[in-house]
Amino acid sequence: MSEILQEKSAKQEKPIKKRSFIDWRYLWYQLTGSPLTMVGLVVILLILILVIFAPIFATHDPNTIDLRARLASPSADHFFGTDEVGRDIYSRILFGGRLSIAVGFGVVIVAGFIGTLIGALSGLIGGWFDTITMRIMDVVLSVPSLVLIMALAAALGPSLVNAAFAIAIVRIPYYVRLSRGQALLVREMPYVAAAQTFKASRWHILRWHVIPNILSPIVVQATLDLGNTILLAAALSFIGLGAQQPTAEWGAMVATGRNYILDQWWYSGFPGFAILLTATAFNIFGDGIRDILDPKQNAH
Amino acid sequence: MNEPVIELCEVELKFPVGADWRGRPKAYAHALNGLNLRIENGETIGVVGESGCGKSTLAMILLGLVQPTNGKVMRQVESASAMQIVFQDPQSSLNTRMPIWRIITEPIFARTKRSKHQLRTKAAELAKKVGLRPEVLDRFPHEFSGGQRQRIAIARALSSDPKIIVLDEPTSALDISVQAQILNLLDDLKQQQGLTYIFISHDISVIRHMCDRVVVMYLGQIVEIGRCEAVLDNPRHPYTKLLLESVPKMQQAGDLDASLENTELPSNRNLPLGCFFQERCSLADEACSQLQTMQDGVRCNKFSK
Repeated sequence: MSEILQEKSAKQEKPIKKRSFIDWRYLWYQLTGSPLTMVGLVVILLILILVIFAPIFATHDPNTIDLRARLASPSADHFFGTDEVGRDIYSRILFGGRLSIAVGFGVVIVAGFIGTLIGALSGLIGGWFDTITMRIMDVVLSVPSLVLIMALAAALGPSLVNAAFAIAIVRIPYYVRLSRGQALLVREMPYVAAAQTFKASRWHILRWHVIPNILSPIVVQATLDLGNTILLAAALSFIGLGAQQPTAEWGAMVATGRNYILDQWWYSGFPGFAILLTATAFNIFGDGIRDILDPKQNAH
Repeated sequence: MNEPVIELCEVELKFPVGADWRGRPKAYAHALNGLNLRIENGETIGVVGESGCGKSTLAMILLGLVQPTNGKVMRQVESASAMQIVFQDPQSSLNTRMPIWRIITEPIFARTKRSKHQLRTKAAELAKKVGLRPEVLDRFPHEFSGGQRQRIAIARALSSDPKIIVLDEPTSALDISVQAQILNLLDDLKQQQGLTYIFISHDISVIRHMCDRVVVMYLGQIVEIGRCEAVLDNPRHPYTKLLLESVPKMQQAGDLDASLENTELPSNRNLPLGCFFQERCSLADEACSQLQTMQDGVRCNKFSK
């Protein structure tokens, strides 16, 4: 008994450290128990390192034309071969990855931020504001997203920024729906009623109660979205609505490499594999994070 | 002592239930049906009644979270921040994403801009008042026991210097031993700050311990009101009797069947025509088919002379 008491008092005397929204140690513990998520994380980190430090890892300048080494097959000099004007595909993939991944993060951050804000407000305010917002979102959702993205990107003019913008607009409703549903739950909590008794503003309730409590499902959705967004951006570039030649971009590289696919498989094969690897890694990681943060959803 | 801080005048509240194809409500749920109540400065007024009788709705009305359909609420206190509430469940009434010092000072920084330092100083001061150690201020609610959480909730209620605190079953989610601590704390705070309490509970012994006056509610009406001892020791309204009889007693073996007889609260969709309690009342006769009025602190023709 006295031991227990001692232990307890020793525990209480430990310095109290500040905590963040996410319990990182718990997250790490869960990650170690889920090898697949770990693999996803490692692959993502590798890709990020390669891409961020592309100038260090690249063997050639991505845009230097070398007509003597056109369509060379993979070798010690050109790891992934060269394209029809002799540019090093390995280096182009590294630099192209910068664009693809930047688009992925950019779109998810913009769509996630705007969508969460609209959805949380909509759920919190309710009434006609909620009705109108949700009907608009339904309209956006009812059009097949790829068609809508293509239409938007075509209307804005083919460029990677416009493509990213189009994807962001189409992704917003998912975040709106998610955060609205969560906000409706939070709105009914007694701590919100308490905040209302001391006449807290709507903004205060949104900032201190709703947003912090709806954040974790949104983070999961965002992680899952990263892979899809990278895939979509590449798809738009592939059909000519995204990055334009001679920019190094995975989708665009696959598109031009298509002409040589029978004889020079490495031209579109390696960029295609890069897309596959990145999208898969993000999806696996996102799935794993979802299971960790929301164990109720996938209880076995 | 005798000046009223809040007066309710014939307060009625009904909620629309369902809607037909034109959006008109199909029926109404009658939550409160003509409530008259004068709450005096510095008193502790207990509100008892079974589940669904409108106790918590009364709290919402008092706090101004819900506007009455009919009737008037007159507040003698200047601002709404002069009223605070402590909820039953300290689990869900504290936001798990906020550290304790933020929770405690939320009523302050929700309306005025203060520096972190000011807020923390205030939080430490309030924590001391409710018996929390200042070093816990950086922790989060899930690290506390129910009793400690309720202390946090009380500290939050105190932070805007309220005159009136509505206590909505503040101890019913707690252990017996912790209940006593919280009740003593509430008592001390009342002595120190001259607070007025509106104490909602279904625990008669807690009401007896805490309250000066007690209000017995039934189906959105007050059926009996008076000094705490008078009502609890000498109940006059048949419903008050039923309520007190249903409290388990140590000394005698309870007759469960007898006290469970007719204990269903009638629906609040269609109010009974005469006395609201007549269906369950053993004394009901023809006189009870008339609407009962409040006389001499009791809403029953058998006792108001």
